[in-house]
Order: sequence, then C-alpha cells, then structure tokens
Amino acid sequence: MKVLIIAQHSEGVLDATTLNVVRAALAVSEDISLLVAGSECRAVAEDARYLEGVTNVILADHPCYESLSAENLASLVAELAPSYSHILASANTFGKNVMPRLAALLDVQPLTDVLYIEDVDVFLRPIYAGNLIAKIQSHDKVKAMTVRTSAFPPVTQRTEACSLEVVDKVFDLQLSRRIKIEVGQSERPDLGTAKVVISGGRAIGSSENFKLLYSLAEKLDGAVGASRAAVDAGFVPYDLQVGQSGRVVAPELYIAVGISGAIQHIAGMKDSKVVVAINKDADAPIFDIADYGLVADLFDVLPELEAQLC
Amino acid sequence: MKILVPVKRVIDYNVKARPKDDGSDVDLSLAKMGLNPFCEIAIEAALRIKDENDQCEVIAVSVGEKQAQEQIRTALAMGADRGILVEVDSPLEPLAVAKCLKSIVDREHPDLLIFGKQGIDNDNNQTGQMVAGLCGYPQGTFCSTIDIIGDLVAITREIDGGSEVWELPLPAVLTADLRLNEPRYASLPNIMKAKKKPLEVMALGDLGVDTRPRQTLLGVSLPSERKPGIKVDSVTALIEKLKNEAKVIL
Repeated sequence: MKVLIIAQHSEGVLDATTLNVVRAALAVSEDISLLVAGSECRAVAEDARYLEGVTNVILADHPCYESLSAENLASLVAELAPSYSHILASANTFGKNVMPRLAALLDVQPLTDVLYIEDVDVFLRPIYAGNLIAKIQSHDKVKAMTVRTSAFPPVTQRTEACSLEVVDKVFDLQLSRRIKIEVGQSERPDLGTAKVVISGGRAIGSSENFKLLYSLAEKLDGAVGASRAAVDAGFVPYDLQVGQSGRVVAPELYIAVGISGAIQHIAGMKDSKVVVAINKDADAPIFDIADYGLVADLFDVLPELEAQLC
Repeated sequence: MKILVPVKRVIDYNVKARPKDDGSDVDLSLAKMGLNPFCEIAIEAALRIKDENDQCEVIAVSVGEKQAQEQIRTALAMGADRGILVEVDSPLEPLAVAKCLKSIVDREHPDLLIFGKQGIDNDNNQTGQMVAGLCGYPQGTFCSTIDIIGDLVAITREIDGGSEVWELPLPAVLTADLRLNEPRYASLPNIMKAKKKPLEVMALGDLGVDTRPRQTLLGVSLPSERKPGIKVDSVTALIEKLKNEAKVIL
C-alpha cells in the first residue's frame, strides 16, 4: 500500500487539516508521500518533511499551480497516481473540489468524507446529513477519498526530515482564473481547528450582539461559529456556519448559544467532546445532545460567564 | 445559450432516513421523495440567466428510475424548457452518472452546466466535478454568485474561511451552494403547462457507457448517539462542571 496526500496550503503555510489527513493515511500504510503543489511553495514542502508519518515529500513548484485550480491540480495528480494505492485529501472545500475531478480522470469512484478506515478497502462515511453511516468497500485499483479531518487527530512534528522529491511536470490548462480571494476577517483561531467553539443562533438577534460571543471566545481562545438561521439573518458571514452544509467541527468544547438544534446544525457539531447549550426554551432539541444545559436568557448568561471566567 | 441542469430525485429533506431492519441499506420504502434542494437552487440559477437572455434554453436532465420523471416535471414547472431522463433500474454511482451526463453533453453541447453541489441523500458532492473532468471543462464549485459576461462566467466560490472570485471560459460546469438563490415556486398554471413540455426518456443501454459499480455497500447503521447530559441551574454551576468534571477549561 502506498498513499499520496494532496496537501493544502496558503501563504506559505501548510493547512492544519493536512496533519489530520496524514493520521488517516497511517491507518492504511506506512509509506506516505505528501504532494505540495503550488507556486513558490518550497518552504511549505521543507516544513512538511518534518511531519510524523510522512516518508516522502513531492514538490511541484510552478506558477500554473498558484491558485491550486482543480483543473491543473487534478491533471498533475492523475499523472502521479498510478504509483499509489490510495490518494487522500481533506474533506473540505479544497479536497471536495479537486478529488472528484481527479477520480474521474482516473476512472475511479471516490469516497467523500471518510470518517473511519476499517481496512485498506473498507471505509465508513456519513450519509443523509450524518443521520446514517454507510460502510463501503471500494474495488477500485486506486482509492481516491477525502477524509473528515475532525475524525482523525493531527500528527506531530519530528526532528528528522524525510526525503524531498521535485517534479517538474507542468499542467497549465488555463481553464479557469482566480481573480480575488476574500479571507474572513478574524483574528480568532480557525473554526475547523479551534479547541473551543462558541456558536450563536437566531436568538442572538443582531451582528452587534454577536460581539458578546467574540468577547467570550477571546477569553477561551476559541472560534466563533453560527447556526444557519443566524447566518441567513445576516448577523455573521456565511463562512462561520456550522452544520451539514457549512463547516463540520469537533472541538473539545462546543458552546451553543441561542441555538435550537436543527438536525443540520447538530450534524455539524455532534462529534464535539463536550457540548454546552444555553437557551431560554427548555424544550429546544439542542438540550437532547448537550452534556450541560442551562435554561436561561443568553443576555444574562454571556456577561456572567465572561466575568466568572477571568 | 443552452444550459443543462442535472437533477436528482432524493428523499424529502424533512424525512429522517432510517436503516433497513437488516442494516443492508437505507429504508426508502415508505419515504416521501422530492427534488434535491441543491438541484432546485441550480434550476433557479439557470432560470435567472434565462430571464435575462431571450435566446436561452434550460434543459433538466436526470439519471434515475422511472419515477424521476416527477422531479423533471418539477423543474419544467419552475420554468425549464424540456427534460431528459436516462432511465435506470437501480441507482448508479456518481462516476456512472457522470459518464451518462457526459454522453448527453456530447449530444446537446450546452454552454453551461449547473449542478447542485451535492445530493442530500448520499452527500457525495462529486458528480459536477466528475462531469467537468470527463468533459475537460473548467469547474466552479460551491457558487454563491454567477454572472455571465460574454463568453465567460464569473463566480464567487464559498470556501472554508472566506470566498474566492473566479472567471471561467464557457463551456463550464458550476455547482450551486445554498446561498446562491431562493428557488421560485411553480405556479399552478405552470404546473399544468409543464405536463405538455417535452420529456425525452432514454434507455441506459442506448448511451453505451460503462456503469459497472466500483463499490459495495456493506451496510448502513445509525451513528453513535450522544449520551443525554444534565441541566445546570446557574453559570457558576456550569463553570464548576466544565472545570472539574469535563476538565475542558482551566
């Protein structure tokens, strides 16, 4: 078995979820290559050589990979793929963009959102908004998949560097062009990797009131999330949405504030280690899955919580 | 301008799916079925382009069982011009569906394909990207805006932690995210009119594509449930629990 991981990175830094993907790869094989494709990304590749479990880093450094477009990247990986039994990437908007295109080029049926690797060809993945788990056996020669990173702990660093291999294959298809990137303005830790997530629902009432959550998040060094209702109401940007159609998170501590607990929201946070629910409505479904529930007005609770935490 | 919108028949989004008693598959025997919500958004996106272009045809196509005609009729009632059903006896895997759609693309030569980003049944989020790969077309996934500018399409993509703006030359494949639009309701007169719109049914065998399954479903189970927790009566009690019992804060 040989695994190839497609690394995600931006601005010279490896995306933290790649560390979780390496952990998933270790369930398959001890022969793990990590592809760092990009433009002027040698530093990322150099850093990746110190990742626990990675046995070879492949660097493809060319301006055509600058935006990591699915078209160019899938063509590059398709060229490398025949040497590998498994190809993995994060099940986020990066991996979900490129992996199916790559699979089509390889004529294989990919797996999305793998959350458990039972055997080299048997995988568990969520279906129906996480309400069911499917166990799937893949018969394809190359198994292409995205993995749910919250289901695999990150690997650590080691002191010795693995080998670095440079490939000069250029796939400049010129099929798409990135014009602009708008990164969410947040100094808080990223939702996907934060140890504490504090999410607000419709009951927060306004973007002004969301400051209460940000302020608490600062105290706990956490990230702020939101329910779809809060996002649709325009209180916070879309990329903060936790749920089946937004981000899937699994922090140590998840605090749901004024969130009733729609099935789609719960699908996005139910793997959190400890869940706290704060809601006025004692019958809100969020209390069914919360470890600790507090039936109270959030506008009383939040300042008190913050005051007592200092 | 010709726009192809692939649509899928799935379980109604309000129904909670259950495994069959023997755990072999999802039990859909009594489930209410409907048009996949993301496909509805894709249809609406195509119709909005049509609303601004006189010379625009919107084709709803499905690769599914006979009953998927109902979902194509829904798309026609919303305003699509005609429908194509590639009729299959049992559901195909996304790769096989993508190959069927590729053969429809080869016949229809659309300028644009708009997919829903995923089906709410298997949550695969694959078919659009696969069709783009098979056709060699550019792809714009998770779109929250779509603007046709001459022979280009400009899109905003929703990505983790922000968004991106991309330009793709036509023909191109797009996939619709939740925020792209609010789909219109079909009016009663349009529902009546849709019954007379053309809906071509093709047999899978006519396409001559390889649809052999690559995967075996070994079983379907319920996820482990969270254990019910407790209610605390004050912020002080909550903090005490988090510190001393759960040990998640210092």
